[in-house]
Amino acid sequence: MYKIIKAEFIAPNVKSFILEAPHIAKKRQAGQFIILRVHDKGERIPITIADSNTEEGWINIIVQGLGKTSAHLNTLETGDYLQDLVGPLGLPTHIENWGTLVCMSGGVGTAEALPIAAAGKAAGNRVISIIGARNKDLIIAEDQMAEVVDEVRISTDDGSAGRHGLVTDVLQDLMDEGITPDMIVAIGPLPMMAAVSNQTKEIGIPTMVSLNAIMVDGTGMCGACRATVGGKTVFVCVDGPEFDGHQVDFKELGSRQRMYKKQEEESHKCFLERQMKKMKAEQMKVEVTS
Amino acid sequence: MKRERPESFNTVPMKERMIIPRQDMPEQDALLRSTNFLEVNLGLTPEQAVFEAQRCIECKSPTCMDGCPVSIKIPDFIQLICNEDFVGAAKKIKEDNSLPAICGRVCPQETQCEEVCVMGKRFEPVAIGRLERFVADYAMQHGNGSMETFDKPTSSGQKVAIVGSGPAGLAVASDLIKEGHEITVFEALHEFGGVLVYGIPEFRLPKSILRKEVASLEDMGVKFVKNFIVGRTMTIQELMADEGYDAVFLGLGAGLPRFMNIPGENLNGVYSANEFLTRSNLMRGYEFPEWDTPLYRAKHAIIVGGGNTAMDAVRTAKRLGADEASIVYRRSEEEMPARNEEIHHAKEEGVEFMNLVNPIEFISDDQGSVVAAKCLRMELGEPDESGRRRPVPMEGSEFVMDVDMVVIAVGNGSNPLISQTTPEIETNKWGNIVADEDGRTSMDGVFAGGDIVSGGATVILAMGAGRKSAIAINEYLKAKVGSLA
Ligand SMILES: Cc1cc2nc3c(=O)[nH]c(=O)nc-3n(C[C@H](O)[C@H](O)[C@H](O)COP(=O)(O)OP(=O)(O)OC[C@H]3O[C@@H](n4cnc5c(N)ncnc54)[C@H](O)[C@@H]3O)c2cc1C
Ligand code: FES
Repeated sequence: MYKIIKAEFIAPNVKSFILEAPHIAKKRQAGQFIILRVHDKGERIPITIADSNTEEGWINIIVQGLGKTSAHLNTLETGDYLQDLVGPLGLPTHIENWGTLVCMSGGVGTAEALPIAAAGKAAGNRVISIIGARNKDLIIAEDQMAEVVDEVRISTDDGSAGRHGLVTDVLQDLMDEGITPDMIVAIGPLPMMAAVSNQTKEIGIPTMVSLNAIMVDGTGMCGACRATVGGKTVFVCVDGPEFDGHQVDFKELGSRQRMYKKQEEESHKCFLERQMKKMKAEQMKVEVTS
Repeated sequence: MKRERPESFNTVPMKERMIIPRQDMPEQDALLRSTNFLEVNLGLTPEQAVFEAQRCIECKSPTCMDGCPVSIKIPDFIQLICNEDFVGAAKKIKEDNSLPAICGRVCPQETQCEEVCVMGKRFEPVAIGRLERFVADYAMQHGNGSMETFDKPTSSGQKVAIVGSGPAGLAVASDLIKEGHEITVFEALHEFGGVLVYGIPEFRLPKSILRKEVASLEDMGVKFVKNFIVGRTMTIQELMADEGYDAVFLGLGAGLPRFMNIPGENLNGVYSANEFLTRSNLMRGYEFPEWDTPLYRAKHAIIVGGGNTAMDAVRTAKRLGADEASIVYRRSEEEMPARNEEIHHAKEEGVEFMNLVNPIEFISDDQGSVVAAKCLRMELGEPDESGRRRPVPMEGSEFVMDVDMVVIAVGNGSNPLISQTTPEIETNKWGNIVADEDGRTSMDGVFAGGDIVSGGATVILAMGAGRKSAIAINEYLKAKVGSLA
């Protein structure tokens, strides 16, 4: 069992966990991830490591409660335990001094972009962060990002913070201002990474994306995580998770991500029903004792 | 090998032994079992086991032992069964094979011990595998928990790390703990057993048996660490230099699924056998949504391949409710590498065999899911390097069939994780670790055995390799102490 040292919501439905994991903390580098199981009948899900501390022996992950497992995970509190935790997995991000590095992130992707932005800065780049979200409540890690990069720009779909529009619009703004990135890292939902890759392919800026494929073992044993990059099949868990965005077959990856949509909904429904029952039972208990 | 002939407890006259029929093992009814995941075989009864043992004609120079990769003293244990000393028989097997309950279930006996059984020349061979299974189960139920009579040896003060908890790793652990070394098994997954837990289904090898084997090793003092990937969580160098391990054994298995490299292989509904079986066995996808991991339930599933893996996958698909579950194999049944029993059971359960057929493309709907397979019919030509006749496509034989799930079971390559992080360890062009007869690799103090060295093989060969390595590791550790003294 793996202890949750601290758990707190940092945005609606988005929770940050500090997990006790001394071995992983010691080894992990920017871009790597872990696989966890919440309970003894749970599935294995991959989550990027946002931060870590070798001396104190912990890692930090940020979780958005989207499906059954992440929703369940987000019900766990400080002092609870995870069933299983393994890592660090995947290849570390390749970092060099490119010149100007622009990190574009959407949703919880910002937490994942943070260590890469920090490593990019440490390597001598001028780093600009573009954070996108549906609305201002869903922006996470803005302050931490501001601490490590040269400049943060925000966009929201509804205009409640920063520029009204998408991260791709902000990139266009940058270009219009005469700033040409030498390298782009895009991390977030698949449609966002696809849109960025499309945009930068036209203008010829190298772009790295971090693919969130469905995984099982995370060690290259099963091939659940396969994707097509540059016409070749890759295993995201061992060959990635980062790839040249201009080479990725986003359409295939998108449909592979939806492979279990129906089952996922069924499972989520079961979970919510069970939660409701639990809540009702607790309410009854309160009524009886009061 | 010269050996003492065991004392005969067989009171049946020689002539009569030959007319005792080979005992059939009771099994679940085929129709019923194709809808559940409970074990198919139910095991011999004690009476049947004694009858079967009495069929042994006690050859002057028994050949059965030569057919066994770990040279189990087969005539001896059969004699003990004749004497109804079932626990004693199990102990006799354990002298050479630490996992008899498992091997009794999954060994390809028909190409090993039973193939060379003298009785088999004129009659049917003695059912050695069924006897092994029987006594191992009997001892687990009636013996004193752990079957080993095991006195704790004095500590050698030396530490051995075993990477991978498949049959190779477990065999090494079992042998070396008896030598007084401190043994830790590191496993990448969240359960121990390697292919035995993630690949081979419950209906062929109940997980409870494996758990008992692991528990009995734990009782003997072996430490098991799950969720620990050597090469990622810690490297071999770190294990040896920082954590103080004196020797390392690599039993990593052949965990890299091969695909066919044909169009449509990444469609939804197309699985590697490893993924399909892992979702079903390790993750219990067949109990979804009670267990969280989802799994396709197909109407018409095809499984490409003809080995044990393919049989396990096709029978799993059937049990998940497929109307049709078919084997698609490019050679004929004669060339199939699967155990006879598995082919036989699959047929009984209603699996269709499409032999001499090879898929060349998978076709999708507009959602990216597989809906059909384009195939060619094959015929057998000249023998290839493997000695089997090479399948060649028949001209104009292309056809398309509707399928909503495909499982690719055409073999495994070697997982490159360790060789990537430890280039000192020499590998061959297939990515297998190069090791000598006794498992020594090119890195001092590092040994390897099982599928990672041989390529995908069998449980008993992996175990045998583990046992040889255990001897070599023990010698290595002794020499190390000697050189320090
Ligand atoms: C579906 C299927 C059915 C089979 N049926 C039969 C059968 O009926 N009869 C038979 O004799 N054989 C059968 N086999 C073959 C047999 O299972 C294998 O030959 C045998 O398990 C190999 O044993 P092993 O110990 O070398 O490796 P494995 O059993 O593959 O175990 C290796 C273990 O090492 C772990 N590991 C790998 N890398 C690392 C790392 N870096 N750090 C930590 N842990 C790691 C893996 O997670 C795994 O648990 C079958 C195989 C499959 C896939
Ligand atoms: S998750 Fe199994 S190979 Fe990548």
